[in-house]
Amino acid sequence: MEVFNIKQASKTFDNNLDVLQGIDISVSQGEVVAIIGPSGSGKSTLLRCATLLETMDSGELSYSGEKAAWNGPDGKTVYAPEAELKKIKSKFGLVFQNFNLFPHYSVMKNITDAPICVQKRDPKEVFAEADALLAKMGISDKADAYPYQLSGGQQQRVSIARALAMNPEILFFDEPTSALDPELTGEILRVIRTLALENMTMVIVTHEIEFARIVADRVIFMDAGIIIEEGSAEQLINNPENARTKAFLSRLQL
Amino acid sequence: MTLTTILSKLAGGMLTSFSIFSLTLIFSLPLGLLVALARMSKNALVKGIMRIYISIMRGTPLMLQLLVVYFGPYYVFGIKLSPNYRYWAVIIAFVINYAAYFAEIYRGGIESIAPGQYEAAKVLGYSSSQTFVKIILPQVIKRIIPSITNEVITLIKDTSLAFAIAVTEMFTIAKAIASSEKTLMAYVFAGIFYYVFNFIVAMIMERIEKKLNYYH
Repeated sequence: MEVFNIKQASKTFDNNLDVLQGIDISVSQGEVVAIIGPSGSGKSTLLRCATLLETMDSGELSYSGEKAAWNGPDGKTVYAPEAELKKIKSKFGLVFQNFNLFPHYSVMKNITDAPICVQKRDPKEVFAEADALLAKMGISDKADAYPYQLSGGQQQRVSIARALAMNPEILFFDEPTSALDPELTGEILRVIRTLALENMTMVIVTHEIEFARIVADRVIFMDAGIIIEEGSAEQLINNPENARTKAFLSRLQL
Repeated sequence: MTLTTILSKLAGGMLTSFSIFSLTLIFSLPLGLLVALARMSKNALVKGIMRIYISIMRGTPLMLQLLVVYFGPYYVFGIKLSPNYRYWAVIIAFVINYAAYFAEIYRGGIESIAPGQYEAAKVLGYSSSQTFVKIILPQVIKRIIPSITNEVITLIKDTSLAFAIAVTEMFTIAKAIASSEKTLMAYVFAGIFYYVFNFIVAMIMERIEKKLNYYH
């Protein structure tokens, strides 16, 4: 079953650089897709368009068949009405590079506030679920702590828990380990791997090629706003066909 | 005039000073937030008007503004207002003046919040009003408390400007006593009153600041 679909996504910023030049990605239930590519290739912009933080100039976007955006008669993207988008927003979650936790909320409140105040779910059920998520992230003892009291790795685990508490159908990660010290990267990658084993549908923008190889079912290589090559992790990382993919991967090797 | 009489007269004036102080804060703090939001509006006209308003309030003396608010209705519109208007002219002038200063403080605070906070809230589905009230404003308040404290302390001393239109707050009374009794004592005690008032307010503000220190 298709969970996420973006078609012909295009986005140009004022500086006239084509950031996205017609991207097509479809993600099925349970699939883990890694997006790699040099900085400035449009990976983050793609995630921002997918999560409605940025608007596309043209292109279509849908979650589980529900249309969030489509092309109008003039070829420009038309977005669904606000009420519709609000419903669609609960279908996906986004984990940021810089965590973006709410500093004035405790860990518990960071995780439970949106499910209670936005999704209007039963607080008792939400708190129970949050307890389980914290246990899963290995930070049960931090429920009452504030973000500033946590290490970067712990903060990122809270932000993953915060995204999961919304019960999304798909989770996007925007370079989830780039703001972390190397020794903290492993703990986040292990958490994502656990989620992959539990069949969580995920799209991960990452620089960790080894990690992409292990966790991703499919790897997409992007450069200059287009998808250059995509395939299974083994195929794309071990035996890239395109010259640009080869060049990018070889630059990462010692 | 005995010392006790002087003190009790000053204390009576102090009550008026305190009421000017409180009413100004009660009205100008929320008004300042509205002005700040209008000042950051996408509507160029609203933004422009707020810019001019803030610029005039900050660019002219408060005492002059006070006189304009007091005499304006009569000289400009020919409206005769009751003597009670004296007190309300002070409140109106102080509120619109302080709202302008508070607006700029709010604006600085709001603009200092990282865009990531808005983005996280948006992805989690918070509406824009929920985002502002629950996520942004509490962080803004924590950041601006030291600047607000400065203004609040200035306000205590500014209440003495009400003497310009003969509102009987503490300074007006001290001045009257000093000239009729030919003694400096009234000023000395007025100074002490202002200082103690300030001291208490500063202590309260510091306590609020400490209370908000549970996170960074």
